[in-house]
Amino acid sequence: MGKRIGMEVAVAVAEAVGLCNIDMAAVYPITPQSHIAEHLSDLVANGQIDAEFVTVESEHSAMSAVIGASGAGARSYTATSSQGLMYMHELLPIASAMRLPITMAIANRAVSGPLNILNDHTDIMPQRDSGWISVFVENGQEAIDMSIMAFKIAEHKDVMLPVNVNIDGFQLTHMVEPFEMPSQEEVDAFLPPFVPHATLHPAKPVTMGAFAMSDYFTEIMKAKDEALLNSKKVILDVWDEWAKMFGRSYKPVETYKADDADVLMLTMGSMGETAQMAIDQLRGRGVKAGLVKLRLWRPFPHSEIKAVLKNVKKLIVTDRAISFGGPGGPVFSEIKSALYAEASRPLIYNYIFGLGGRDVAVGEFVGMVDKVLADTKNKAADTYEFWGVRE
Amino acid sequence: MTTAKAVKNVPPHPMDALLRTERIPHIWCPGCGIGTVFSAVLAAIKNTGWDPNTIAMVSGIGCTGRMAGYIRLDSFHTTHGRALPFATGLKLAKPDTKVIIVSGDGDLFAIGGNHFIHAARRNMDMTVVCVNNFNYGMTGGQQAPSTPLGAKTTTSVNGSPEEPFNLCDLAATCGATYVARWTAMQVRSLRSSISEALEKRGFSFVEVITPCPSSFGRRNRMGTALEMMKFYQGRSVIRSDINPSEALVDIDREIVVGKFVDTERPTFMDHYAKVNRLNLPQWRAMHSDHQKGR
Repeated sequence: MGKRIGMEVAVAVAEAVGLCNIDMAAVYPITPQSHIAEHLSDLVANGQIDAEFVTVESEHSAMSAVIGASGAGARSYTATSSQGLMYMHELLPIASAMRLPITMAIANRAVSGPLNILNDHTDIMPQRDSGWISVFVENGQEAIDMSIMAFKIAEHKDVMLPVNVNIDGFQLTHMVEPFEMPSQEEVDAFLPPFVPHATLHPAKPVTMGAFAMSDYFTEIMKAKDEALLNSKKVILDVWDEWAKMFGRSYKPVETYKADDADVLMLTMGSMGETAQMAIDQLRGRGVKAGLVKLRLWRPFPHSEIKAVLKNVKKLIVTDRAISFGGPGGPVFSEIKSALYAEASRPLIYNYIFGLGGRDVAVGEFVGMVDKVLADTKNKAADTYEFWGVRE
Repeated sequence: MTTAKAVKNVPPHPMDALLRTERIPHIWCPGCGIGTVFSAVLAAIKNTGWDPNTIAMVSGIGCTGRMAGYIRLDSFHTTHGRALPFATGLKLAKPDTKVIIVSGDGDLFAIGGNHFIHAARRNMDMTVVCVNNFNYGMTGGQQAPSTPLGAKTTTSVNGSPEEPFNLCDLAATCGATYVARWTAMQVRSLRSSISEALEKRGFSFVEVITPCPSSFGRRNRMGTALEMMKFYQGRSVIRSDINPSEALVDIDREIVVGKFVDTERPTFMDHYAKVNRLNLPQWRAMHSDHQKGR
């Protein structure tokens, strides 16, 4: 087994990526991702890993550079956050359409304006439809595990798609946490060398990013959609393999005290642990509350979500982003859509909170459950509310 | 943190009229050169005698970008690298506005480099003051396009392997009509250069070599903020009217400072009016009501 150590999560993510035999990283610094970039550059500079580190001039260039490197057959990595991710946006669908298995850490942070550097999910949500596999992590250990597994999933011949690992900025990236860091031998045994399906090479020329008009465009989009849908099987296999090797198992949707619950709460990312404490408190006073944690955001785990929410009467969906002028938070919208055709559906309450780094404490989750249970006329169901907003 | 009581006892700053004092204390580190540059910009603005309602400050992201939040003028703190396009739009909509752009080397020449060359090429009538501290200060001192070859940063612990830009040469090559460089210690020259730049009709550029003691200085063992100030000043050689391509910033040998370009050529507005506004009235403020209410 790997060593049990304490380390800042951002640094640990860079360490974990360093174990993955990457060929190149192109990173532009942005708070709160910068420590990932800095530590990767240290690993390269100190000769600890045999990789190239490029200090590009923007995130747009970072994503372009890893697309170029991945196209040439290099195992390529980048990391970003907030405005940086927004600036990469143009390139994200191109990476997935070209089936380039790039992996990227996203230190989730609020998007301007106003300018803010703290945590929420408003940066990743607009990237939802870019064709990337997208996972959320709850703590430092998951951040490390998912960062390593991302390469194996992305590079699997049945997937060949880019993966982003969402790590809550500051709340996770800047925490010093205890975890088990796999050893180099273990990672080598888990992660095979990268064999690209096609590379830019003068001896065997290919064209990437070629023009496609209406005669082929739809077919290419369908192929991309199928690839992303089919990736779920590989994701589950890789997570299973990880569980067998390291004893830590992951599922697309996880639950906590959910089996007999009258009310369920759904979270994504680092808030899961806080919400778990709230559930314990509620259970302590006899309230049958449970928790659902959504780990896999794309491909969306429809069957798992349906199975978990089958019998519950009330569901609270928490969102750390909003679709302005739309149905509420993006997670709420997905869950509602997933349950539409089901014979029995819970009443769904949507709370938008934790925006721009606003702290969400245990008591607030408790408050949500209390409020929802008190809503006997179901007045607030199917709507959204900015939790704790000053008006 | 400065307590409310301490703030109360601080004597008024000569530039208070141009500051959002309620936003002070500022975020800059002790010994940072940005305060000096900011003071010089404010003094230069004051010297012009312009109506404050006709001046706007536009900034990008980074430590220097925060100036726009502290100045008591119309100001726009934009996205990373995009100060110049925002400023271009502002200038086109309100051509009478005097537009001052303040930003760092990273914002203007890394992520926003593209916009700089085009604003200079078009000869947009505006003034750019660039605080060059040789690294990305706000995110923790990473390698920038201005980092000297071999200098250490948090993403180049063994020294930067890249050649930096000569910012003044770039500005001049792209068509700027006024180009000057000073260190943050040469306050009088800096102030008069910014004044000249503001009065200049055309794209004017002033680079200020500024200590970043918290990041660049610490990584490169340059001592305290004051020692860095004195170091840059000591390395500086005034060689005005030299060809900007020869005006090198070599912190190991010499930092060439002075005024390198002061010339005239038609601005973007001049050309544009000739081509596109033949039958239209002269440039005017788009929202005349805006001024009335002030």
